[in-house]
Parts: sequence; C-alpha cells; structure tokens
Amino acid sequence: MCTNIVERAELRAGSGRGREGWFSLAQAYVSYDHPSHIDLEHAVNLDFVNEAAGIDARVAVELSIDSARSLAMAIMAAVARAEAYENG
Amino acid sequence: MYRTDDYEGMIAETVPVAGANGDLVHAYFARPTGPGPFPSVVLLHHMPGWDDWYKEAARKFAYNGYAALAPDLYCREAHGSPEDVMAKIRANGGVPDDQVVGDAVGAAAFLRALPTSNGKVGVFGTCSGGRHAYLCACRSSSFDAVADLWGGGLVMQEADLTEKRPVSPLDYTKDLAVPLLGLFGEDDRAPTPAQVVVHEEKLKELGKEYEFHNYPGAAHGFFYHDRPQAYRAEQAVDGWKKVFVFFERTLAAGA
Repeated sequence: MCTNIVERAELRAGSGRGREGWFSLAQAYVSYDHPSHIDLEHAVNLDFVNEAAGIDARVAVELSIDSARSLAMAIMAAVARAEAYENG
Repeated sequence: MYRTDDYEGMIAETVPVAGANGDLVHAYFARPTGPGPFPSVVLLHHMPGWDDWYKEAARKFAYNGYAALAPDLYCREAHGSPEDVMAKIRANGGVPDDQVVGDAVGAAAFLRALPTSNGKVGVFGTCSGGRHAYLCACRSSSFDAVADLWGGGLVMQEADLTEKRPVSPLDYTKDLAVPLLGLFGEDDRAPTPAQVVVHEEKLKELGKEYEFHNYPGAAHGFFYHDRPQAYRAEQAVDGWKKVFVFFERTLAAGA
C-alpha cells in the first residue's frame, strides 16, 4: 500500500445498497490511498462491506479530503441531534 | 527498428504459475510469436491491482520483443472486479513482501524455462510494484535487471514497518547485484524527491550500477493514460523510451 492509512469500524447494524440490491453491512473501512474512480492521486475511500457475504458486498465512496471532512462533520452533527432526540 | 514488411504476432492469455510456497497463481502472459530467442520481463502490478493498465503494459512489452508475465499478486486473497479486490487488499494492509518475492521468483523461473528464452529476465513495477520490483531484485538472484518506477515505501521509517512489510527495502540495497533504472516524478509524494535522494545516496555509497531520472512537472503515476490527473504525455513517452533502452542493454543475450 502506498500510504498505509486505513481505519476500520465494526457496524452493529446497517444496510447498504450494492450492485445486487440491499445487504447487511458489517464493517466499514476508511482509507486514504489510491482510489478507483475519482481523478485524484489519493482519496478518502469509504468501503462499506460485509466480509462474510463476499467480495462484491461493498458500497464504495471516494471523496476528496475536504469533502470527507464535510461529510464527517455532517454525520457527527446528525448523530448528536439523533441522540438528543432519542434521549428526550 | 520496426519495418512495415516485418511479420509480427503476439499471444496473450491467462496462465497458472507456481509462486510462493508452490501456490498456483494466475498470471497474464503476453509474448511475441516466433522462435525467439526473446528476453523476458516480470511485471509486478501496482496497488490498484491486476488491472487493464498492467495487461496493456504486458502487451506493450510483447510488442517490443519481450516475453512478459504479470502475476496476480492478489490472487490468493479474492477474485472479482479489480476495484473490489483492491478494496479488500487495502483494508488488509497489502500483501506480505515475502509472498510477493516468492511469486516473482516463480514467474522468473517460468519465463527462463521457455524454449524461446534468451536466459535473461528483468523485473518491472510501478507504485507499490516498483517497491516490490526493487525488493525482488535485491532478495533473489532471479533477475538480470530491475526497473523501479516511482516505487513508494522503499525508504521506510521504523514506524512504517508492519508484519507484512517488516524490512525497509532500502536496507537490502547492499544485496543488489543487477543494474537498476529508476523513474520518478519531481512532484510525487510517495516517493518524495527527498526519499529518492536518500535511495540514490545509498546506491552511490555501495557502488551500485543505477540510473535515475527525475521528471519535472510529473507526480505519481505519470505513465497512467487512464488517469487524466496523473498522466503526463511528454514525460511518459520519454520514460517508456528509457525503459526499453535500459532493458535492451541489460537483457540482451550475453549482456
């Protein structure tokens, strides 16, 4: 690997829509390395996968660093509001 | 020199090759038709995997008179689209250096055993494949020349070492016994120009035979015509010429 930058998250509950339709997500990997599609040397690559379901059980997203930061902030903001909502 | 009245032909196909631990792995084998003798080159693919660009590069070598063999270094891990395979490898932190060396040595043995071989085998790689090519040239006696094109992670710090990549390839430089060609982009960050200098200083210190070319206006992957952001036509055309001049000199029979 060129950068060796990869983080893993275990997903206790989640679904993703892949090429064959919806499937259960089990892991997410966030790496900063060569992407497949976006025309950047390196990108923040999000791979939502279910390793037990086969190699093509994957939802892929490739983002520039600033786009990834915007997404991460939006997720954290939404999660904070969701927790507040659930906790009454 | 190509003439318009020359006969030319090529066969390109997937074949099984015995790699590390005797495991059979897929390899893309492109070679000129005819009795030879032909020099050979093992192509070690980049991090994005055993993809179209590498198969096209193998055919380019065949067109230029080489038997070219590109093993699928991710073959044991999974099969699917190159993108899905890359994602799995990326998540797993790459493939072990020892395994890659074993696969490359197996590929070299396959080529050298061909009745059309002239007995000479080079190794070529880009990106992580450049690093692997250098590693293979240092750690085996299977190769007669090595071309490292922007191999990232060749100069590693202690903190960069992993179970799969336990030794910095730079530390094997003392064992390099064949000519080395290095092509690099001055705007690259893996390797950085400073890392290229560190590598070159080590080669000089140890009296190794090498030639390095650093291209202004080019970053990582400047040969990749399928990556418009990375591709640099002028530098790529010159770089390919240097690759073929280098292998013509180092892989000729009796060289």
